[in-house]
Parts: sequence; C-alpha cells; structure tokens
Amino acid sequence: MTASQKIWALHLGLIAVLFAAQYVLPPYHATNLARIMVLSIFAMGYNIAFGYTGLLSLGHALFFAAGMYGMGLSLTLLGWTALPALIAGLVAGGLLAGAVGVLALRTAGVSFMIVTLMFAQAGYLALLYFGTITGGDEGFNPDRSLRMIGSLDLSADTPRYLVALGLFALALLLCLWLVRSPFGRVMVAMRENEERSRMLGYNPFAIKLITLVLSGFYAGLAGAAYGLLFGYVGATFATIQYSILPMLYVLLGGAGTVIGPFLGALAMFYLIDLASGITDAYFFVVGAALVALVLFAPKGILGALRERGVRWLP
Amino acid sequence: MTKDFSAQGLTRRTLLKGTGAGLLASAFAAPVWAQAAPIKLGFQLHRTGIGAAYGRWYERTAQAALTTINAAGGINGRPVEIVFEDDGTDPKRGAEVVEKLTSQHGCDLIFGPLFSHVVIGSAPRAGELKVPYLVCSEGYHVASGMLNRWTMQPGITDVRAQVSSMAPWVLANLGKKVTMVFPDYAFGYDHRDFFTAAVQAGGGEVIAQIAIPPTETTFTRYLPQIPAETEVLYHVMVGPAVLTFVKELGEFYGSGARPQIFGFIDSLEAVDTAAPGLEFLEGTHFWEAHNRVKQADASEHEVAYRAAVGVDDNGASVSDAKDVSTYSHMFSVWETLHVIKAGMEASGYQTSADRQKFVEAVEAMSDMPESAAHVQGAKKFNGKTHQVFGHQMISKVEGGKLMRVHKTTMEDGMYDDAVDYTTQSF
Amino acid sequence: MAAVLALTAVGLSLVFGVMRVVNVAHGEFFMLGAVLAWFVTYYLPLPPAFAWLAALIIAPLIVAGIAALADVLVLKRLHHDPEATIVATIGLLYMLQQAALTFYGPDARPVAAPFEWRIQLPWFGYSGYKLFVVLAAGLILWGVWAFMTRTKAGLVMRATQVDRDIARSFGINVDRVYAGTFAFGAALAAMAAVLIVPIQQAHYLMGHDPLLLSFIVVIIGGLGSLRGTLIAALVIGLSDGIISMFFSPTLAKIIATLLVALVLVFRPQGLFGAKA
Repeated sequence: MTASQKIWALHLGLIAVLFAAQYVLPPYHATNLARIMVLSIFAMGYNIAFGYTGLLSLGHALFFAAGMYGMGLSLTLLGWTALPALIAGLVAGGLLAGAVGVLALRTAGVSFMIVTLMFAQAGYLALLYFGTITGGDEGFNPDRSLRMIGSLDLSADTPRYLVALGLFALALLLCLWLVRSPFGRVMVAMRENEERSRMLGYNPFAIKLITLVLSGFYAGLAGAAYGLLFGYVGATFATIQYSILPMLYVLLGGAGTVIGPFLGALAMFYLIDLASGITDAYFFVVGAALVALVLFAPKGILGALRERGVRWLP
Repeated sequence: MTKDFSAQGLTRRTLLKGTGAGLLASAFAAPVWAQAAPIKLGFQLHRTGIGAAYGRWYERTAQAALTTINAAGGINGRPVEIVFEDDGTDPKRGAEVVEKLTSQHGCDLIFGPLFSHVVIGSAPRAGELKVPYLVCSEGYHVASGMLNRWTMQPGITDVRAQVSSMAPWVLANLGKKVTMVFPDYAFGYDHRDFFTAAVQAGGGEVIAQIAIPPTETTFTRYLPQIPAETEVLYHVMVGPAVLTFVKELGEFYGSGARPQIFGFIDSLEAVDTAAPGLEFLEGTHFWEAHNRVKQADASEHEVAYRAAVGVDDNGASVSDAKDVSTYSHMFSVWETLHVIKAGMEASGYQTSADRQKFVEAVEAMSDMPESAAHVQGAKKFNGKTHQVFGHQMISKVEGGKLMRVHKTTMEDGMYDDAVDYTTQSF
Repeated sequence: MAAVLALTAVGLSLVFGVMRVVNVAHGEFFMLGAVLAWFVTYYLPLPPAFAWLAALIIAPLIVAGIAALADVLVLKRLHHDPEATIVATIGLLYMLQQAALTFYGPDARPVAAPFEWRIQLPWFGYSGYKLFVVLAAGLILWGVWAFMTRTKAGLVMRATQVDRDIARSFGINVDRVYAGTFAFGAALAAMAAVLIVPIQQAHYLMGHDPLLLSFIVVIIGGLGSLRGTLIAALVIGLSDGIISMFFSPTLAKIIATLLVALVLVFRPQGLFGAKA
C-alpha cells in the first residue's frame, strides 16, 4: 500500500469502527462515545491552531461557548429550527475567532496566550452579565421539541450517535484534506519557522488568521452540537477549564496528528471516569497526566508512534 | 436431582452450606431481606468543586438516612444501597454522572444535587433516560417549568417560596426601606426579583439593589453604596467568600449606627456564627430553613435526626466543633430519601420498569406531616409543579447563637402554579 | 488591597522577568500560603499574634521549598521552554488544588488576626489590621527592592535576566538561580497570602483571582519590569473601585479585562515599560 492508501484506510477505518461500535458497546459507553466524538471536533479545531500552526491559545472555550450559545439563542430567541441553529453556532465560533484573531495575532507566544485568556474571561463574564437571555451561570435547556432535524429526534440515543458520528467524520476528513493540502504545509511552515515562510512570500498574519478562523469554526460546531445533542447550554463551558481541556486532548493524543485529538479525548475521558471511581482526587490525576506528558511524551501518543516508524501518519 | 436443584437456583455449594447447622442458624438470624437484591439509589454528589462544602454534609446526611431506613427494614422489604458519584459541581460532568449511575451502575433513580447549574445541565439527560431525578437544590428551576416530568424537588422549598414568605415579617418588624446585596447571577436574581415583588406587595420599598460579581473576594468598595436612609439591609451571598463579606460588613458598621440587618443563612452556611469578627451580628436576623442551634421546642424527630447525622446542639459535627454543618440545606437529603421510600412503597416499585409508576406516586403526594421522615417540619407537595412547600424560620443572633423568633406558615410561601408537569408525557 | 496585589504580582513578575516563563500555578502558591497559615496557627500552641508571625515565616518557606522542587524536578527538564512550562504549571495547579482539597478540605476557614483593632470614624469603620497589612506589604516590597539592587544574589538574578548565556559564561550557576527565583517568587505569593488570610479566609479555590489579577498587573506594568508592576498594582487597586462606581460591577470587570487584553496587543511593553 502506498502511504496515501494507508492514510485513507486508517481514517475511513476509524469511522467504520465507530459506526459499528454503537451496536457493540453497552449504552453507557455508546453515549460516552457520542460525547467524545463531539469533544474531539473541538480538539481537532484546537489542533489546527496549535498542533499544525503553533498558535497556543488559552481562549478556545470562548469559541466553543460562542457555538453553543449561537445555536441555543437561535433556537430560543430567533425561533430557528435545529439545523440552521447548528450552522449559526458554527458561524458564531468562526466569526468570534476572527475578531479575536485580528487583535490577538498582533502578539505571539506568551502574550498570545494571555490575550486569548483575557478575551475568553471577558466573554464568560459577558454571558453572566446578559443573564436575562443567556440564563447566566445556570444556563438553559433547549426544549426537546426543538432538538429535531426534520423527523430525527436528537434526544434519542441512536440518532444522536449518528449525528455525532456524521459531524465527527466530516470534521476528520476535512482536517485530513486540509493538512495534506498545500495550505496545510504552509501552516506547518509557519509553526516551524515564521521568518523563513515570510521570506518565501507568505503573509504570516493572514495565514494565522485563516487558521484561527478555521479552528473557531470547529470549536463553534462542537459547541453547537454539544448543546443540541445533550440539551444544555451553560456558561461553565466558557470558563478557562474548557480552554485547557482541548489542549490536554491534543497534547495527549499527539499535536499535529489528525487522529490525535480523538485519541486524546478518548483517553482523557476514560482516565477521569475511571479515576473518579477509584479516588476522589481525580484532579490530581489530570494534573499529574499533564506534567508527565510534557516531561516524557511531549509529542503525545501518535507523535511518539510517528517517531518510532509509523512515519506516514498525517 | 441435580436438575431440580438448579431449577430452584441452588448449587451444590449452597446446599452444603445450608445443611451446616451453625450456618443455618446464622442465616435465620440475619434480616430476612438479606437474600433480596438491594434497591440501588444513585447520589449525584458535589464532592469536589465549588459545592464541596455542601457535598460533604449531603453525603453524611444521606449515609445517616440510609442507615435509618435499612435498620427499619429497607424499602418494600428490600435493602437499600446508595452509589455516590462525584460531579465536580460541573454541569457537563453532572450529565455524565446521571448517565453513569443509570446505565453503568443500574441505579433505580438519582437524587441529591444542590447547585442549580448542575441540576439544569443534568435534568435533560435524566428525562431522556426516563430515570426519576430528585433534586435538593432550593432553586426555582423546578416549579418554573423549565425542567421535565422526571425531575422533582420533594425535600426542600424553593428560593421563591423562601424569599416571598420573609417579606411580610421583615416589613412588619424591621423596616420598610430595604437595600439588597446579592450575587450577580441567577441565584441572586431570584432573590432580587421575588423579594422586591413581595416587598412592594407589602407596602415597602427596595431603595437599592447591589449586585456583587461572582469572582469577587473583597467587598469593601460596595458597602459605601448602601444608602444612608436604609432601614433594613438584606444580604445573601454564597461561595467561599461569604465569611469575608459578613466580616467586612461588620467592619463597615462597627459599633456605630446601623440599619437592621436581615440575611439569608446561605451567607453563613458552614460557618460558625461565633467566629472572631462576627460579634456585630448580635441582634441581627437570619432566614433559616432548619434551626442550626437546637431550639427548646425541638421535636423528638429533629433530635433523633441530629443524633443520626452526628450534629451537636450548635449545629457542628459531634467530632469537631469547628466543622459547622449546612443545616439549612442538608435535611433535604434526609427527607428526599424518605419520600423515595414512601413513593416506592406506594407504587409497589420492583424494577426499573416501575419508574413511571414511582413518579406518578410522588405526584400524588400532598400533605407530609412532621415525622421521623420529615424532620424539618410539615410540608405540602404540589404534584403539578413537582415542588414542595413548607415552613420557614426567622432567627435572631442572641449570645452568638441563632435563636428562632418566627416561623412562617406554609401559605406564606405559596404562589400560583407556573407549570403542570402531570400533563407532560413521560 | 493594592499592596497585597503588588506583592503577589511582584512574585509573578520576578519569575517572568528572570526566567522568561509564565507560572500559571502562581495563584496556587498564594492559596498554599493561606492554607499553611491556617495549619500553623491551628496546631501551634501559641497566642494568635505569635502563631501568625510563625506562619508568616514558616508558610513562605514551605511554599518556596515546594516551588524549588517543582522547578528542579519538572521545569529544569523542560529547559524552561515557555510553552511547555505553561502546560506543566497548569498541571501543577491541578495537583496543588487537589492536594489542598484532600488534606485541608472544602471549607473556607478563618485565621485569627494578630490583633483586633478598628478605627471608628463617625460614618463608618475601618479595620486597623488592614492598615497594618498595607504597611507590612510595603516593607516587604522595599526589602525585595533592596535585595534586587543591593545584594550579590540580586545582581546575579538581574544578570541572568539580561542574558542567561553570558551569565553562564561568567560562572553563574543558572539552574540554581532559576530554582531560587522560582522559589522566591512563590514565597512572595505565600507571604502575601499570610498577610491577607486574617481578612479573607483560606479556601482551596482561592488562587484563581490573585492569578488573574497578577496577570493583569504584570501586563499593565510591563512584563518583567518590577517598577512597572508596583505602579500598576497601585493604579489597578485604586481604579478598580472607581470603575465599579460608574458601571455595574460585572460590566466593570468585563471592561477591565478587555482593556488589559488591548494593552497587551497595542503596547506589549506595558503602559509603564520602556519601549523595547
């Protein structure tokens, strides 16, 4: 098999396995997997910015929440149906990422992290401030009758799983196509050596902005889907914890790999789930995992695999 | 022969065990239901996160209630078991915990959460799984109709009822011009809206509303915003900074002239009223759902409850006098567990297929007289709004202790139904 | 509160200035200081004033030890790479928070002030202890200043800040300077916490706000500039109150946060830093 065939086999294979999983897994794990797939979309978006282009943001919760509220408020305030609302969420995430990017991308490195963190904090406070429409810290539940795409009831387990899988597959394949396209190589060039790419005639600001907006689309879609599929829209999703989460997933799975974010989300989700069964101190487990990762496996699971011979991994 | 044994669920080993005379005797000595499969209840617990101080006492109360119920024969003759699962006081994890307790642990129902955002984040999943979800939250989210048929609050009154029933007494006894200090988010808004409305209805006036942002750790700069003509200062705060708030209030007024002060005990839940810096609270008033300090007229049920949970006469842990309980909230866990028992017995609950019958049985409940099950006092359950109503207490700090000066009627806190969950489908 | 804010922020600024890394766990060192102060005053059989003084010495020392350990065990192996350090300190943040929850519990617990004395003005009162805090913080800050400018250790730290490679070629053990700076910064945060804990309470989630505020102060003051940090702490400590007079407090916080972000975007050297 050529590298290209292997790549397609791997990714389409993953989607097929996930499709089959719903018939094999007990219901608890099937629903978990639906959650993990949606969260992986978020992490994939984070990976586009961080893993491929080197933009370490601490404000992605803002774009996730923008998607969630963009979706939720379109349902409740504008009276839209689920599908347009989902798209509204996607757009909201991308637009906000663009707005933040125009300002924040004037900085780099540590300053970029802090600026994105500040914007996200302001966004979180704004959600509380406009509590009369956002539900503030309590949030709100989109009515079950609104959580329908056509006759597909998203509050039922099978349609929910299928929609999560569909969005996940779409996001995964798009990401795969993106990173293998010429633009994807420019993104990596930006991460590796910004000066040299500038000299080659690329505009770093424009490229980073496009990347961040793409990343925002992913985050927005994930937020909108999470709110729609699981029926809750709330301001906690805009807190810093939810900016750190995708970073954790990406680092664990392997920054700059297409499947890494999914693997990371899967591993992290079950790490917390299992750890909380054994000990109350599962935050300690999370913290220790972070430190251990950055110390011993800075490239994550797939990054390590790639270094040990599976060189064709995208 | 062998076939017959297996048909009765007997294996060779149990047969051998059963024939041993000593073992036989001990089998009879054990409670009869030791053979029956236990009823499994899931507890969604705030063990970590911002609600951890409450969660710890909720867990203790649940354990105490569980012991009491099992000692009295369990539910429907079956032993009861509680599976505790931490939700980190986070709505996302909360929904996952509902899932885990239901699908993974196979719990018959779920109860116990306090924080509103966790309740609202988890209720949709409970509705989808069709598992009864009994919350101990005091939020108005149940009776306002925003949740679903599977979510009920039979163990504690909601903020709207608590707040509205305070207004008449405050106006009659403390003053007519009220300034409110409350947290700048949903919980605070319930106080703001319902208390202001009740004050206006009673002929008083709210002259200032001071909303404090949720991330604040010091309050000195807000206090000068209290108008000088204020007759009553109404305060409610939650979270780890509550003690700072009350202390700074004390520093602000000091020994000088001050308005009457009326607070919600949330401002001092899990905090010792005799802590240094709180001397100024002497003579001020508090809402309590359940008197932390044992009152002279405490019922036998309340005394038994206090002993079972391990709370001393001052409302602190019997093993550590500095470990003050969340007394005005945690009784809800005790009462909810007893409502679960009553509901399961009324509906003849056997398996998870009877969950709907259980909900209907609770909806059919109404009067709940003061008893070993309802230790806080008599209550009335509204099956349409899934919300219980009860008495509220007003206490005055005397000698550093909260002593009750007034007990409202149940009617004081009642309001028109905003929803009829019984018309919704399951 | 500006004084305590300055103390915490100076610790963060020092670490950033010398080591060029952002310590996200800085707020947790603050929290640890407060929690340890509670342990010290609770278990030492001394009158409140002495117990508190003991805490003021013991708590920062322990925190400094933990910080030095974290630096040697983790950060050094990352070669103080700025981004890896952020991730590692986030991990540290979670671990410290969980440790506090496990060993200290979820309650907010008070620590008795070394003395109770109020200034009663005709219209309102003010706590004498708060004035004392301002004085003490000022004194410690002055000490830090003297340490950085007058002592050999301070000189070495400043030399490392300017250029770590040249410092190394002059025979300075850069690793030890880094560990020392990291510990010193953490000790300052802990000291600030011991000062504040009789006013607020020790709680395992209390590190979040000081961290954000210190970030703001350090940014406005110019990353790594001690003088800028001091001025910014004063300005912000005072202006926070003024902004909140005009807007609803939550709105004031939103505006302040956005302003800080914009300062960092348009004046990365800070409002008071020299143009780079």
